[in-house]
Amino acid sequence: MRTVSVTSRQLSQQVAFVLLIISAAVVVLPVIFIILQIVISGGSAISWEFLTLAPSQAGKAGGIFPAIIGTFYLMLGTIIIALPVGVLAGIYLTEYAGNNWLTRLINLAIVNLAGVPSIVYGLFGLGVFVLAFHFGMSLLSASLTLACQALAMTITTSREAIIAVPREYREGSLAVGATRWQTIRHMVLPQSLPGIITGAVLAMSRAAGETAPILVVGAAFLLPRLPQSPLDQFMALPYHLYTVAAHVPGIPQSTMWGVALVLLVVVLSFNVLATVIRLCARQRRYSS
Amino acid sequence: MNMKLSPDLLNGTTLASKKTRLAVTGVNLFYGDFQALRNITLEIPECAITAIIGPSGCGKSSFLRLFNRMNDLITGARVEGRVELDGIDIYDKSIDVVELRKRVGMVFQKPNPFPLSVFENVAYGPRRHGRHNRGELEDIVKKSLRQAALWDEVKDKLEQSALALSGGQQQRLCIARVLAVEPEVILMDEPCSALDPVATLKIEDLMRSLTENYTIVIVTHNMQQAARVSDMAAFLMMEEDRAGVLVEYGPTSDIFTNPKDKRTEDYITGRFG
Repeated sequence: MRTVSVTSRQLSQQVAFVLLIISAAVVVLPVIFIILQIVISGGSAISWEFLTLAPSQAGKAGGIFPAIIGTFYLMLGTIIIALPVGVLAGIYLTEYAGNNWLTRLINLAIVNLAGVPSIVYGLFGLGVFVLAFHFGMSLLSASLTLACQALAMTITTSREAIIAVPREYREGSLAVGATRWQTIRHMVLPQSLPGIITGAVLAMSRAAGETAPILVVGAAFLLPRLPQSPLDQFMALPYHLYTVAAHVPGIPQSTMWGVALVLLVVVLSFNVLATVIRLCARQRRYSS
Repeated sequence: MNMKLSPDLLNGTTLASKKTRLAVTGVNLFYGDFQALRNITLEIPECAITAIIGPSGCGKSSFLRLFNRMNDLITGARVEGRVELDGIDIYDKSIDVVELRKRVGMVFQKPNPFPLSVFENVAYGPRRHGRHNRGELEDIVKKSLRQAALWDEVKDKLEQSALALSGGQQQRLCIARVLAVEPEVILMDEPCSALDPVATLKIEDLMRSLTENYTIVIVTHNMQQAARVSDMAAFLMMEEDRAGVLVEYGPTSDIFTNPKDKRTEDYITGRFG
Protein backbone atom coordinates (compact mmCIF):
# COMPACT_ATOMS: atom_id res chain seq x y z
CA MET A 1 0.00 0.00 0.00
CA ARG A 2 2.56 2.47 1.16
CA THR A 3 4.95 1.91 -1.73
CA VAL A 4 2.12 2.29 -4.21
CA SER A 5 1.12 5.63 -2.78
CA VAL A 6 4.71 6.86 -2.88
CA THR A 7 5.03 5.76 -6.50
CA SER A 8 1.80 7.44 -7.47
CA ARG A 9 2.89 10.62 -5.77
CA GLN A 10 6.17 10.52 -7.64
CA LEU A 11 4.28 9.88 -10.84
CA SER A 12 1.98 12.84 -10.35
CA GLN A 13 5.00 14.96 -9.54
CA GLN A 14 6.62 13.92 -12.80
CA VAL A 15 3.44 14.54 -14.76
CA ALA A 16 3.19 18.02 -13.28
CA PHE A 17 6.83 18.69 -14.09
CA VAL A 18 6.40 17.60 -17.69
CA LEU A 19 3.29 19.75 -18.06
CA LEU A 20 5.13 22.76 -16.71
CA ILE A 21 8.09 22.31 -19.01
CA ILE A 22 5.80 21.82 -22.01
CA SER A 23 3.92 25.01 -21.17
CA ALA A 24 7.18 26.91 -20.88
CA ALA A 25 8.43 25.45 -24.16
CA VAL A 26 5.20 26.42 -25.88
CA VAL A 27 6.14 30.03 -25.27
CA VAL A 28 9.56 29.64 -26.84
CA LEU A 29 8.78 27.37 -29.76
CA PRO A 30 6.61 29.73 -31.87
CA VAL A 31 9.30 32.40 -31.61
CA ILE A 32 11.95 29.97 -32.81
CA PHE A 33 9.72 28.67 -35.61
CA ILE A 34 8.80 32.15 -36.80
CA ILE A 35 12.41 33.24 -36.87
CA LEU A 36 13.55 30.02 -38.58
CA GLN A 37 10.76 30.17 -41.15
CA ILE A 38 11.53 33.78 -42.01
CA VAL A 39 15.29 33.29 -42.15
CA ILE A 40 15.07 30.12 -44.26
CA SER A 41 12.46 31.46 -46.67
CA GLY A 42 13.71 35.02 -46.88
CA GLY A 43 17.45 34.67 -46.42
CA SER A 44 18.03 34.03 -50.11
CA ALA A 45 16.38 37.34 -51.03
CA ILE A 46 18.76 39.39 -48.95
CA SER A 47 21.50 40.97 -50.99
CA TRP A 48 23.28 44.29 -51.08
CA GLU A 49 21.01 45.38 -53.94
CA PHE A 50 17.86 44.32 -52.05
CA LEU A 51 18.85 46.53 -49.13
CA THR A 52 20.11 49.55 -51.08
CA LEU A 53 18.00 49.84 -54.24
CA ALA A 54 14.56 51.27 -54.78
CA PRO A 55 11.88 48.79 -55.86
CA SER A 56 11.00 48.33 -59.52
CA GLN A 57 8.37 46.33 -61.43
CA ALA A 58 5.83 46.78 -58.60
CA GLY A 59 8.25 45.37 -56.06
CA LYS A 60 9.10 42.24 -58.03
CA ALA A 61 12.57 43.52 -58.73
CA GLY A 62 14.95 46.02 -57.18
CA GLY A 63 15.17 46.49 -53.44
CA ILE A 64 13.40 47.95 -50.45
CA PHE A 65 15.75 50.74 -49.43
CA PRO A 66 13.06 53.47 -49.30
CA ALA A 67 10.87 51.26 -47.11
CA ILE A 68 13.71 50.65 -44.65
CA ILE A 69 14.52 54.35 -44.42
CA GLY A 70 10.82 55.22 -44.23
CA THR A 71 10.35 52.87 -41.31
CA PHE A 72 13.32 54.40 -39.50
CA TYR A 73 11.95 57.90 -40.07
CA LEU A 74 8.58 56.75 -38.82
CA MET A 75 10.03 55.23 -35.64
CA LEU A 76 12.05 58.37 -35.03
CA GLY A 77 9.13 60.72 -35.66
CA THR A 78 6.86 58.69 -33.42
CA ILE A 79 9.25 58.61 -30.51
CA ILE A 80 10.26 62.26 -30.80
CA ILE A 81 6.61 63.11 -30.20
CA ALA A 82 5.49 60.29 -27.89
CA LEU A 83 8.49 60.15 -25.54
CA PRO A 84 8.56 63.73 -24.19
CA VAL A 85 4.79 63.80 -23.79
CA GLY A 86 4.85 60.36 -22.16
CA VAL A 87 7.64 61.22 -19.73
CA LEU A 88 6.15 64.58 -18.78
CA ALA A 89 2.72 63.05 -18.29
CA GLY A 90 4.29 60.24 -16.26
CA ILE A 91 6.06 62.79 -14.05
CA TYR A 92 2.87 64.76 -13.58
CA LEU A 93 0.84 61.68 -12.69
CA THR A 94 3.35 60.32 -10.19
CA GLU A 95 4.82 63.45 -8.64
CA TYR A 96 2.19 66.15 -8.83
CA ALA A 97 -1.29 64.81 -9.49
CA GLY A 98 -3.56 64.55 -6.49
CA ASN A 99 -6.10 61.81 -6.07
CA ASN A 100 -8.97 63.65 -7.72
CA TRP A 101 -11.40 63.35 -10.61
CA LEU A 102 -8.91 64.79 -13.13
CA THR A 103 -6.32 62.15 -12.30
CA ARG A 104 -8.93 59.41 -12.51
CA LEU A 105 -10.11 60.77 -15.85
CA ILE A 106 -6.54 60.80 -17.20
CA ASN A 107 -5.93 57.25 -16.01
CA LEU A 108 -9.17 56.12 -17.60
CA ALA A 109 -8.14 57.81 -20.84
CA ILE A 110 -4.77 56.05 -20.83
CA VAL A 111 -6.36 52.64 -20.38
CA ASN A 112 -8.76 53.35 -23.22
CA LEU A 113 -6.02 54.77 -25.42
CA ALA A 114 -4.31 51.39 -25.22
CA GLY A 115 -7.51 49.58 -26.14
CA VAL A 116 -8.45 51.50 -29.28
CA PRO A 117 -8.00 49.35 -32.43
CA SER A 118 -5.15 50.58 -34.58
CA ILE A 119 -7.24 51.21 -37.69
CA VAL A 120 -9.35 53.61 -35.62
CA TYR A 121 -6.17 55.57 -34.91
CA GLY A 122 -5.63 55.61 -38.65
CA LEU A 123 -9.04 57.11 -39.30
CA PHE A 124 -8.51 59.58 -36.46
CA GLY A 125 -5.18 60.61 -37.99
CA LEU A 126 -6.80 60.96 -41.39
CA GLY A 127 -9.52 63.21 -40.01
CA VAL A 128 -7.37 65.31 -37.73
CA PHE A 129 -3.79 65.49 -39.01
CA VAL A 130 -4.25 64.84 -42.74
CA LEU A 131 -7.45 66.82 -43.32
CA ALA A 132 -8.13 69.22 -40.45
CA PHE A 133 -4.49 70.26 -39.86
CA HIS A 134 -3.65 70.06 -43.59
CA PHE A 135 -0.52 68.00 -42.98
CA GLY A 136 -1.68 65.84 -45.90
CA MET A 137 -0.73 62.23 -46.46
CA SER A 138 2.73 62.54 -44.97
CA LEU A 139 5.42 61.29 -42.66
CA LEU A 140 4.35 63.97 -40.17
CA SER A 141 0.72 62.82 -40.15
CA ALA A 142 1.77 59.20 -39.77
CA SER A 143 4.23 60.00 -36.97
CA LEU A 144 1.60 61.99 -35.09
CA THR A 145 -0.93 59.20 -35.54
CA LEU A 146 1.44 56.50 -34.34
CA ALA A 147 2.57 58.78 -31.50
CA CYS A 148 -1.02 59.01 -30.25
CA GLN A 149 -1.14 55.24 -30.28
CA ALA A 150 2.25 54.96 -28.56
CA LEU A 151 1.33 57.45 -25.83
CA ALA A 152 -0.48 54.88 -23.73
CA MET A 153 2.69 52.82 -23.62
CA THR A 154 5.20 55.63 -23.05
CA ILE A 155 3.06 57.14 -20.27
CA THR A 156 2.49 53.81 -18.56
CA THR A 157 6.11 52.66 -18.70
CA SER A 158 7.41 56.10 -17.65
CA ARG A 159 5.02 56.19 -14.75
CA GLU A 160 5.98 52.71 -13.61
CA ALA A 161 9.69 53.48 -13.90
CA ILE A 162 9.24 56.68 -11.90
CA ILE A 163 7.16 55.02 -9.20
CA ALA A 164 9.83 52.33 -8.84
CA VAL A 165 12.40 54.89 -7.65
CA PRO A 166 12.61 54.27 -3.88
CA ARG A 167 11.00 56.85 -1.63
CA GLU A 168 14.26 57.00 0.38
CA TYR A 169 16.05 58.66 -2.54
CA ARG A 170 13.40 61.35 -2.89
CA GLU A 171 13.35 62.00 0.85
CA GLY A 172 17.14 62.11 0.98
CA SER A 173 17.19 64.62 -1.84
CA LEU A 174 14.45 66.82 -0.39
CA ALA A 175 16.09 66.63 3.04
CA VAL A 176 19.25 68.35 1.78
CA GLY A 177 17.15 71.21 0.48
CA ALA A 178 16.68 70.18 -3.15
CA THR A 179 13.48 71.48 -4.68
CA ARG A 180 10.84 69.12 -5.92
CA TRP A 181 11.83 69.72 -9.53
CA GLN A 182 15.55 69.27 -8.74
CA THR A 183 14.69 66.00 -7.05
CA ILE A 184 12.84 64.86 -10.15
CA ARG A 185 15.48 66.14 -12.53
CA HIS A 186 18.60 64.92 -10.70
CA MET A 187 17.40 61.91 -8.73
CA VAL A 188 14.14 60.45 -10.02
CA LEU A 189 14.67 60.80 -13.78
CA PRO A 190 18.23 59.42 -13.93
CA GLN A 191 17.09 56.49 -11.81
CA SER A 192 14.07 55.74 -13.95
CA LEU A 193 15.79 56.33 -17.29
CA PRO A 194 16.47 52.64 -18.07
CA GLY A 195 12.79 51.84 -17.57
CA ILE A 196 11.74 54.82 -19.66
CA ILE A 197 14.10 53.83 -22.46
CA THR A 198 12.75 50.29 -22.43
CA GLY A 199 9.21 51.61 -22.81
CA ALA A 200 10.29 53.97 -25.58
CA VAL A 201 11.94 51.18 -27.56
CA LEU A 202 8.93 48.91 -27.19
CA ALA A 203 6.80 51.77 -28.47
CA MET A 204 9.20 52.25 -31.40
CA SER A 205 9.19 48.57 -32.27
CA ARG A 206 5.45 48.60 -32.28
CA ALA A 207 5.37 51.71 -34.45
CA ALA A 208 7.74 49.98 -36.87
CA GLY A 209 5.34 47.08 -37.20
CA GLU A 210 2.06 49.00 -37.54
CA THR A 211 0.37 48.70 -40.89
CA ALA A 212 -3.25 49.68 -40.53
CA PRO A 213 -2.88 53.27 -39.25
CA ILE A 214 -0.23 54.36 -41.74
CA LEU A 215 -2.24 52.89 -44.59
CA VAL A 216 -4.61 55.85 -44.47
CA VAL A 217 -2.36 58.68 -43.35
CA GLY A 218 0.66 58.67 -45.60
CA ALA A 219 2.32 55.39 -46.47
CA ALA A 220 2.78 54.95 -50.19
CA PHE A 221 3.41 51.90 -52.29
CA LEU A 222 6.41 52.35 -54.54
CA LEU A 223 8.07 55.68 -54.16
CA PRO A 224 11.29 55.86 -56.12
CA ARG A 225 12.78 58.50 -53.84
CA LEU A 226 13.15 59.07 -50.15
CA PRO A 227 10.97 61.58 -48.32
CA GLN A 228 12.67 64.98 -48.47
CA SER A 229 10.61 66.60 -45.73
CA PRO A 230 8.18 65.54 -43.00
CA LEU A 231 5.38 66.56 -45.32
CA ASP A 232 6.32 63.98 -47.98
CA GLN A 233 4.79 60.57 -48.38
CA PHE A 234 6.96 57.61 -47.48
CA MET A 235 7.34 53.86 -47.84
CA ALA A 236 7.34 51.60 -44.81
CA LEU A 237 8.28 47.95 -44.40
CA PRO A 238 5.04 46.52 -43.01
CA TYR A 239 2.90 48.33 -45.57
CA HIS A 240 5.25 47.26 -48.36
CA LEU A 241 5.01 43.69 -47.15
CA TYR A 242 1.23 43.89 -47.07
CA THR A 243 1.01 45.29 -50.60
CA VAL A 244 3.45 42.94 -52.25
CA ALA A 245 1.85 39.97 -50.52
CA ALA A 246 -1.74 40.95 -51.24
CA HIS A 247 -1.68 42.96 -54.43
CA VAL A 248 1.27 41.90 -56.54
CA PRO A 249 0.60 38.58 -58.24
CA GLY A 250 3.57 36.49 -59.23
CA ILE A 251 5.97 38.05 -56.78
CA PRO A 252 8.71 35.62 -55.73
CA GLN A 253 8.00 34.06 -52.32
CA SER A 254 11.54 34.83 -51.23
CA THR A 255 11.04 38.57 -51.82
CA MET A 256 8.07 38.62 -49.46
CA TRP A 257 9.91 36.70 -46.77
CA GLY A 258 12.92 38.90 -47.37
CA VAL A 259 10.88 42.01 -46.49
CA ALA A 260 9.60 40.25 -43.38
CA LEU A 261 13.16 39.33 -42.41
CA VAL A 262 14.38 42.91 -42.75
CA LEU A 263 11.43 44.17 -40.67
CA LEU A 264 12.20 41.60 -37.99
CA VAL A 265 15.88 42.53 -37.94
CA VAL A 266 15.04 46.24 -37.66
CA VAL A 267 12.75 45.63 -34.69
CA LEU A 268 15.06 43.16 -32.96
CA SER A 269 18.15 45.31 -33.41
CA PHE A 270 16.34 48.20 -31.76
CA ASN A 271 15.47 45.98 -28.83
CA VAL A 272 19.08 44.86 -28.52
CA LEU A 273 20.24 48.47 -28.67
CA ALA A 274 17.88 49.39 -25.84
CA THR A 275 19.06 46.48 -23.73
CA VAL A 276 22.65 47.57 -24.22
CA ILE A 277 21.83 51.17 -23.24
CA ARG A 278 19.98 49.94 -20.20
CA LEU A 279 22.78 47.65 -19.08
CA CYS A 280 25.34 50.41 -19.52
CA ALA A 281 23.23 52.81 -17.47
CA ARG A 282 22.87 50.25 -14.73
CA GLN A 283 26.56 49.43 -14.71
CA ARG A 284 27.54 53.07 -14.55
CA ARG A 285 25.30 53.61 -11.55
CA TYR A 286 26.04 50.57 -9.43
CA SER A 287 29.65 49.69 -10.01
CA SER A 288 32.41 51.95 -11.32
CA MET B 1 24.27 86.83 20.22
CA ASN B 2 25.74 83.39 20.72
CA MET B 3 27.66 83.02 23.87
CA LYS B 4 31.03 81.43 23.46
CA LEU B 5 30.86 77.76 24.25
CA SER B 6 33.26 76.59 26.89
CA PRO B 7 33.95 72.87 27.38
CA ASP B 8 31.76 72.62 30.46
CA LEU B 9 28.83 74.01 28.50
CA LEU B 10 29.11 71.07 26.16
CA ASN B 11 28.77 68.32 28.72
CA GLY B 12 25.33 69.44 29.65
CA THR B 13 25.96 70.96 33.05
CA THR B 14 24.79 74.42 32.11
CA LEU B 15 22.16 73.54 29.58
CA ALA B 16 19.79 76.09 31.04
CA SER B 17 22.05 78.90 29.88
CA LYS B 18 22.04 77.76 26.26
CA LYS B 19 20.05 79.60 23.67
CA THR B 20 16.85 77.98 22.44
CA ARG B 21 17.16 76.92 18.83
CA LEU B 22 13.86 75.14 18.23
CA ALA B 23 10.66 75.92 20.08
CA VAL B 24 7.42 74.02 19.80
CA THR B 25 4.29 75.60 21.26
CA GLY B 26 0.93 73.89 21.55
CA VAL B 27 1.45 71.76 18.47
CA ASN B 28 -1.20 69.38 17.16
CA LEU B 29 -0.43 67.24 14.13
CA PHE B 30 -3.16 65.58 12.11
CA TYR B 31 -3.08 63.08 9.26
CA GLY B 32 -6.57 63.57 7.88
CA ASP B 33 -8.92 62.82 10.76
CA PHE B 34 -6.25 61.03 12.77
CA GLN B 35 -4.47 63.10 15.39
CA ALA B 36 -0.83 61.99 15.61
CA LEU B 37 0.42 64.55 18.15
CA ARG B 38 -1.48 66.53 20.79
CA ASN B 39 -0.60 69.81 22.41
CA ILE B 40 3.15 69.48 22.48
CA THR B 41 5.27 72.26 23.92
CA LEU B 42 9.03 72.16 24.43
CA GLU B 43 12.20 74.10 23.74
CA ILE B 44 15.31 72.54 22.25
CA PRO B 45 18.67 74.11 23.15
CA GLU B 46 21.34 74.81 20.56
CA CYS B 47 24.57 72.84 20.27
CA ALA B 48 23.23 69.95 22.29
CA ILE B 49 21.70 66.56 21.62
CA THR B 50 18.03 66.21 22.41
CA ALA B 51 16.64 62.68 22.37
CA ILE B 52 13.02 61.85 21.65
CA ILE B 53 12.13 58.56 23.29
CA GLY B 54 8.93 56.60 23.64
CA PRO B 55 7.18 53.41 22.62
CA SER B 56 6.57 52.48 18.96
CA GLY B 57 3.83 54.39 17.24
CA CYS B 58 3.75 57.29 19.70
CA GLY B 59 4.60 59.81 16.99
CA LYS B 60 8.34 60.28 17.59
CA SER B 61 9.19 60.31 13.89
CA SER B 62 6.22 62.52 13.08
CA PHE B 63 7.41 64.89 15.78
CA LEU B 64 10.93 64.97 14.33
CA ARG B 65 9.57 65.62 10.85
CA LEU B 66 7.83 68.74 12.09
CA PHE B 67 11.17 70.53 12.12
CA ASN B 68 12.03 70.16 8.42
CA ARG B 69 8.40 69.99 7.32
CA MET B 70 8.87 66.48 5.94
CA ASN B 71 5.27 65.78 7.02
CA ASP B 72 4.23 68.15 4.23
CA LEU B 73 4.88 65.30 1.81
CA ILE B 74 2.02 63.30 3.28
CA THR B 75 -1.37 64.20 1.87
CA GLY B 76 -3.79 65.31 4.54
CA ALA B 77 -1.08 66.28 7.04
CA ARG B 78 -1.96 69.42 9.01
CA VAL B 79 -0.14 71.25 11.77
CA GLU B 80 -1.65 73.51 14.43
CA GLY B 81 0.39 75.60 16.85
CA ARG B 82 3.83 77.11 16.43
CA VAL B 83 7.13 75.51 15.51
CA GLU B 84 9.95 78.05 15.67
CA LEU B 85 13.50 77.99 14.44
CA ASP B 86 15.44 80.86 16.00
CA GLY B 87 12.17 82.52 16.91
CA ILE B 88 10.64 82.35 13.43
CA ASP B 89 7.54 80.27 12.80
CA ILE B 90 8.56 77.73 10.15
CA TYR B 91 4.94 77.01 9.25
CA ASP B 92 4.35 80.63 8.31
CA LYS B 93 3.27 81.15 4.70
CA SER B 94 6.35 83.25 3.96
CA ILE B 95 8.73 80.37 4.78
CA ASP B 96 10.67 78.80 1.91
CA VAL B 97 10.57 75.09 2.71
CA VAL B 98 13.61 74.42 0.55
CA GLU B 99 15.65 77.00 2.46
CA LEU B 100 14.36 75.52 5.73
CA ARG B 101 15.49 72.02 4.79
CA LYS B 102 18.90 73.40 3.96
CA ARG B 103 19.14 74.76 7.51
CA VAL B 104 17.54 71.69 9.11
CA GLY B 105 19.13 68.52 7.73
CA MET B 106 17.85 65.01 8.25
CA VAL B 107 19.39 61.56 8.61
CA PHE B 108 17.02 58.65 8.13
CA GLN B 109 16.48 55.36 9.88
CA LYS B 110 17.69 53.21 7.04
CA PRO B 111 20.92 54.52 5.51
CA ASN B 112 19.81 55.93 2.16
CA PRO B 113 22.89 56.81 0.14
CA PHE B 114 22.03 57.72 -3.43
CA PRO B 115 23.08 55.19 -6.07
CA LEU B 116 25.92 57.50 -7.05
CA SER B 117 29.61 57.67 -6.21
CA VAL B 118 30.73 58.57 -2.69
CA PHE B 119 31.81 61.97 -4.01
CA GLU B 120 28.54 62.67 -5.79
CA ASN B 121 26.54 61.70 -2.72
CA VAL B 122 28.20 64.40 -0.65
CA ALA B 123 28.27 66.90 -3.52
CA TYR B 124 24.57 66.36 -4.28
CA GLY B 125 23.30 69.02 -1.88
CA PRO B 126 25.87 71.72 -2.71
CA ARG B 127 25.29 71.13 -6.44
CA ARG B 128 21.55 71.65 -6.00
CA HIS B 129 22.35 74.92 -4.28
CA GLY B 130 24.36 76.11 -7.22
CA ARG B 131 27.92 75.10 -6.37
CA HIS B 132 29.47 73.67 -9.51
CA ASN B 133 33.14 74.59 -9.27
CA ARG B 134 35.03 71.30 -9.06
CA GLY B 135 37.70 72.55 -6.69
CA GLU B 136 35.14 74.09 -4.38
CA LEU B 137 33.11 70.87 -4.40
CA GLU B 138 36.22 68.83 -3.64
CA ASP B 139 36.88 71.01 -0.60
CA ILE B 140 33.30 70.66 0.62
CA VAL B 141 33.31 66.89 0.13
CA LYS B 142 36.62 66.48 1.92
CA LYS B 143 35.60 68.70 4.81
CA SER B 144 32.21 67.02 5.21
CA LEU B 145 33.66 63.51 5.10
CA ARG B 146 36.26 64.53 7.69
CA GLN B 147 33.54 65.94 9.94
CA ALA B 148 31.60 62.71 9.54
CA ALA B 149 34.71 60.70 10.52
CA LEU B 150 34.60 58.87 7.24
CA TRP B 151 37.39 60.50 5.23
CA ASP B 152 40.16 58.06 6.12
CA GLU B 153 38.01 55.10 5.16
CA VAL B 154 36.82 56.40 1.80
CA LYS B 155 39.48 58.83 0.59
CA ASP B 156 40.73 56.26 -1.94
CA LYS B 157 37.29 55.30 -3.19
CA LEU B 158 35.54 58.61 -3.73
CA GLU B 159 34.58 57.60 -7.25
CA GLN B 160 33.23 54.21 -6.23
CA SER B 161 29.57 53.52 -5.67
CA ALA B 162 28.30 54.51 -2.26
CA LEU B 163 26.20 51.36 -2.24
CA ALA B 164 29.40 49.31 -1.85
CA LEU B 165 30.11 50.82 1.59
CA SER B 166 29.17 49.03 4.81
CA GLY B 167 25.96 49.99 6.61
CA GLY B 168 27.79 52.08 9.19
CA GLN B 169 29.83 53.83 6.53
CA GLN B 170 26.69 54.49 4.52
CA GLN B 171 25.05 56.15 7.51
CA ARG B 172 28.10 58.33 8.14
CA LEU B 173 28.05 59.17 4.43
CA CYS B 174 24.43 60.28 4.82
CA ILE B 175 25.55 62.47 7.73
CA ALA B 176 28.33 63.89 5.56
CA ARG B 177 25.77 64.56 2.84
CA VAL B 178 23.74 66.60 5.31
CA LEU B 179 26.82 68.41 6.67
CA ALA B 180 27.80 69.42 3.13
CA VAL B 181 24.92 71.90 2.94
CA GLU B 182 26.00 73.44 6.25
CA PRO B 183 22.81 73.07 8.26
CA GLU B 184 22.31 74.45 11.76
CA VAL B 185 20.14 71.61 12.99
CA ILE B 186 20.48 67.89 12.23
CA LEU B 187 17.49 65.62 12.74
CA MET B 188 18.23 61.94 13.16
CA ASP B 189 15.46 59.39 12.91
CA GLU B 190 16.74 56.25 14.67
CA PRO B 191 20.04 56.55 12.82
CA CYS B 192 21.55 53.42 14.37
CA SER B 193 18.65 51.00 14.32
CA ALA B 194 19.99 49.24 11.23
CA LEU B 195 23.60 49.16 12.46
CA ASP B 196 25.75 46.81 14.51
CA PRO B 197 27.07 47.91 17.95
CA VAL B 198 30.49 48.98 16.70
CA ALA B 199 29.04 51.12 13.92
CA THR B 200 26.52 52.50 16.43
CA LEU B 201 29.28 53.64 18.79
CA LYS B 202 31.06 55.35 15.90
CA ILE B 203 27.91 57.29 15.03
CA GLU B 204 27.43 58.22 18.68
CA ASP B 205 31.02 59.52 18.93
CA LEU B 206 30.42 61.45 15.78
CA MET B 207 27.24 62.98 17.18
CA ARG B 208 29.07 64.13 20.30
CA SER B 209 31.77 65.77 18.22
CA LEU B 210 29.15 67.51 16.09
CA THR B 211 27.43 69.18 19.04
CA GLU B 212 30.18 71.76 19.03
CA ASN B 213 28.57 73.39 16.02
CA TYR B 214 25.23 71.70 15.47
CA THR B 215 21.95 71.25 17.25
CA ILE B 216 20.98 67.59 17.07
CA VAL B 217 17.56 66.07 17.64
CA ILE B 218 17.52 62.29 17.63
CA VAL B 219 14.67 59.83 17.77
CA THR B 220 15.74 56.57 19.34
CA HIS B 221 14.27 53.32 20.52
CA ASN B 222 17.38 52.54 22.43
CA MET B 223 17.25 53.77 26.05
CA GLN B 224 20.98 53.21 26.59
CA GLN B 225 21.72 55.26 23.52
CA ALA B 226 19.54 58.12 24.74
CA ALA B 227 21.24 57.95 28.14
CA ARG B 228 24.72 57.82 26.56
CA VAL B 229 24.54 60.59 24.04
CA SER B 230 21.80 63.05 24.82
CA ASP B 231 21.79 66.21 26.91
CA MET B 232 18.03 66.59 26.93
CA ALA B 233 15.38 63.91 26.66
CA ALA B 234 11.70 64.09 25.81
CA PHE B 235 9.43 61.16 26.59
CA LEU B 236 6.44 60.77 24.27
CA MET B 237 3.58 58.36 24.73
CA MET B 238 0.33 57.76 22.98
CA GLU B 239 -3.00 58.29 24.63
CA GLU B 240 -6.03 56.10 24.16
CA ASP B 241 -6.95 57.67 20.82
CA ARG B 242 -3.36 56.94 19.68
CA ALA B 243 -2.36 60.60 19.65
CA GLY B 244 1.17 61.20 20.93
CA VAL B 245 1.61 63.47 23.93
CA LEU B 246 4.69 64.78 25.68
CA VAL B 247 4.84 63.14 29.11
CA GLU B 248 8.08 64.54 30.38
CA TYR B 249 10.95 66.67 29.14
CA GLY B 250 14.14 67.68 30.84
CA PRO B 251 17.88 67.10 31.14
CA THR B 252 18.64 63.48 30.31
CA SER B 253 20.17 62.83 33.71
CA ASP B 254 16.95 63.89 35.41
CA ILE B 255 14.75 61.85 33.11
CA PHE B 256 16.79 58.72 33.69
CA THR B 257 17.63 59.03 37.36
CA ASN B 258 14.82 61.07 38.78
CA PRO B 259 11.73 60.94 36.52
CA LYS B 260 8.84 63.01 37.78
CA ASP B 261 6.13 61.09 35.99
CA LYS B 262 5.27 57.52 36.92
CA ARG B 263 4.83 56.60 33.23
CA THR B 264 8.35 57.78 32.38
CA GLU B 265 9.76 55.73 35.20
CA ASP B 266 7.84 52.64 34.08
CA TYR B 267 9.07 53.07 30.53
CA ILE B 268 12.74 53.65 31.21
CA THR B 269 12.90 50.84 33.71
CA GLY B 270 11.48 48.58 31.03
CA ARG B 271 8.09 47.88 32.54
CA PHE B 272 6.38 48.52 29.22
CA GLY B 273 7.14 49.63 25.71
